[in-house]
Amino acid sequence: MKTLPSVDVVIVGGGWTGLLMAKELGSRTSLSVVVLERGGPRNADNYGDDMDELDYSIRFRMMQDASRETVTLRHTTTERALPLRQHASFFPGAGVGGAGEHWNGEFPRMLPDCFALLSKTIEKYGAERLPEDHSIQDWGVTYDELEPHYMRVEMLLGISGKAGNLRGKQMEGGNIFEGWRSGEYPNPPVKIPYFSAMFRDATKALGYHPYPIPAATISQVYTNPDGIARPGCTYCGFCERFGCMIGAKAQPTNTLLPVIQKRKNVALRTGATVRRIVYDTTQNGKRARGVSYIDATGQEIFQPAEVVFLASWTLNNTRLLLLSQIGEPYDPASGKGTVGRNLTHQVYYPAATAFFEKPLNRFMGSGAAGVRIADFDGDLFDHSGLPFMRGGILLALSLGFRPIANFGVVPQSVKPKWGSEWKKAAVHYYDRTGNIVFHGEHLAYKGNFMDLDPVYKDHFGDPLIRFTLDWRENERKMAEFATAKAVEIARQMGAKEVTPFPGLRSYDATRSQSTHIQGGTIMGSSPDRSVVNPYLQHWQVSNLFVLGGSVFPQNASANPTPTILALTSRTADAVVNRYLKNPSALA
Amino acid sequence: MRRREFLTLSAASIGGVVVYSLDRKASRISPQAGNSIRIPLRFFTEAEALIVAAAASCIFPSDEAGPGAREAGVAVYIDRQLAGPWGRDRHRYTQEPFEENAPMEFGYQGQATPQQIYHQGLKELKGFAGLGPDEQNQKLKQIETTVFFSLLRQNTIEGMFCDPTHGGNIDLLGWQMIGFPGPRMSNFDDVDKHFGEAFRPKPASLSQMTGRKARASEDQE
Repeated sequence: MKTLPSVDVVIVGGGWTGLLMAKELGSRTSLSVVVLERGGPRNADNYGDDMDELDYSIRFRMMQDASRETVTLRHTTTERALPLRQHASFFPGAGVGGAGEHWNGEFPRMLPDCFALLSKTIEKYGAERLPEDHSIQDWGVTYDELEPHYMRVEMLLGISGKAGNLRGKQMEGGNIFEGWRSGEYPNPPVKIPYFSAMFRDATKALGYHPYPIPAATISQVYTNPDGIARPGCTYCGFCERFGCMIGAKAQPTNTLLPVIQKRKNVALRTGATVRRIVYDTTQNGKRARGVSYIDATGQEIFQPAEVVFLASWTLNNTRLLLLSQIGEPYDPASGKGTVGRNLTHQVYYPAATAFFEKPLNRFMGSGAAGVRIADFDGDLFDHSGLPFMRGGILLALSLGFRPIANFGVVPQSVKPKWGSEWKKAAVHYYDRTGNIVFHGEHLAYKGNFMDLDPVYKDHFGDPLIRFTLDWRENERKMAEFATAKAVEIARQMGAKEVTPFPGLRSYDATRSQSTHIQGGTIMGSSPDRSVVNPYLQHWQVSNLFVLGGSVFPQNASANPTPTILALTSRTADAVVNRYLKNPSALA
Repeated sequence: MRRREFLTLSAASIGGVVVYSLDRKASRISPQAGNSIRIPLRFFTEAEALIVAAAASCIFPSDEAGPGAREAGVAVYIDRQLAGPWGRDRHRYTQEPFEENAPMEFGYQGQATPQQIYHQGLKELKGFAGLGPDEQNQKLKQIETTVFFSLLRQNTIEGMFCDPTHGGNIDLLGWQMIGFPGPRMSNFDDVDKHFGEAFRPKPASLSQMTGRKARASEDQE
């Protein structure tokens, strides 16, 4: 193993969180910073050449190579886990920018009470309201503490939207249910395509409160506080699973990388796969010494560092702690241990598929162009008599329909799945179909967790991460409730036929249901029940920080990136203002 | 080295449209009987390609609702996909043990690659290309629940609507049929207009839009 000269900071992962931390440390300090990204570099200037649905959306060219590494899944501890042999349920990124290059760019904040879910629920309903086998926790950070950081990252990415709650004042046209905002969005909302406009009008008529989705696919030319300028979106409809051809969609490569590249104290190494965090055991516990990785040529390298940031997405953050034997692995039988606990996904599905008489021109749109209602989110509606807690949002997204993924959906009245009758209906309905989607909260349970798989390995021979994951009655009942609401809205929109979602059964890894996987290295206020403290600093290894969705104790209905970036921004402040002056526990 | 196989298509059978040969040179052939084009095959034998063409045509027929798999060149598309990294499972996790009878929610867990699934499936469709339409449909109904059929159906849809650089969607006829314009630089002026009316810009392929050659994955390792 080759040992490189020591650096101040090593960051594992070159996606949203890793590059945000690199930018903050690189521009606010003179520390030497190395970012290790296992994927390749990206040529964001040529994303226009990549608008090929087959190679990018269907064959996942921007995603992690599943032949090298995947995850295994079982629903309960008594089942044998099987590997997810190709991507379907969620889409891990690889390469500079990570999944932040091929995201859709919806950018909502979490509701304030999400951060104190356990205490607020008990306060309002008593502990008996919680599911028997839950492992819900408070985050150890409040919405008020996070608000300036939400604002900061919204400015950084140029989020386009309309405030619904400015310092407590309800604002017409925004989400009146949202947490207070200290300022308006930096850009006005994006344009609303036809299908989403129909949803807006129908939900308004039904007495709900529609609002435009806060979007990182920005509505106009914008220069952010770092002086980085990006153009407005042209609604080409190639966001999800693609990089943006003009850079209107905020991506790590067009928002953070240009700043980093100007900093001589930051180096980005691609093709560098970190396999272990290396540490010393001292009288005071463990101290990270750096990381070992395999470089692009296959050579094993040790990179010593004073501080280590783990920023390699939910699955790999958890896996690297387990492989490195840092912290106690979670044991669902005893409830002891912390690493791997509280795995959550999102209750995310097409609640109502609506078939219309008129064409919708659905090829036009952008990843975050659309309208939502939060009337059934969180604890915002009356739950009395309802067999579930919490909720989610319903939305009509116009992200740009592409034909391979969307052709062939026909109303239930059409029985054949191929041949003339099917083709005729599928051609007719191709541009007359829209989904009302539900995003719901996923509570944490004692039985949903991650550990190392005893059978299946990655291409280096290290164990894959194993999911033990299934839905519970709370999610199934919530989905039933939301489906009924979505069908009602679809009818109000004038749909001729509506196919309701058939319901959640066991966790189905073949159904695309967002890349919003969280947990495994969760944050909290007690080292007995969390891996990192409220500053995302490891409880036992104070020079190790963990960034990303892996720190969420449970999942909200909101898309996670805004909260992930706000937490990262808060950690950057804590590191620069406090930790560097006195490198010790921040909490 | 396999023997060089060709798929010979008569101009009449494909309705006289632009076809793309192996080196992606486009040529327009007129629909008169007697004209034909020989397309070099990368994976199938000619007999196999004819079965795939016939089966894809049952799935996506040419009829009064518009052109089908035959005119779109679906068999050529599938041949190239199978010869490329996808056909060999280059990017699928293929470590043992395999669990052939896993529940559906774990996805396809078998060992066979798309190449092997097609080879096996086509063996069972021997003589298919020579059957009458009713017999062909009946034969496909019998295999409707197989992994082979679901791949064939999915690949047929891909071949109908992919960018023509991949060998299917010849002359953009799949896109024209459903009103998809392909990748477009900007819909800024139109995205919030045309409510309730079909807005159908003239389709263009990726290389027509960028003026550069596309980099199809089936041509890469």
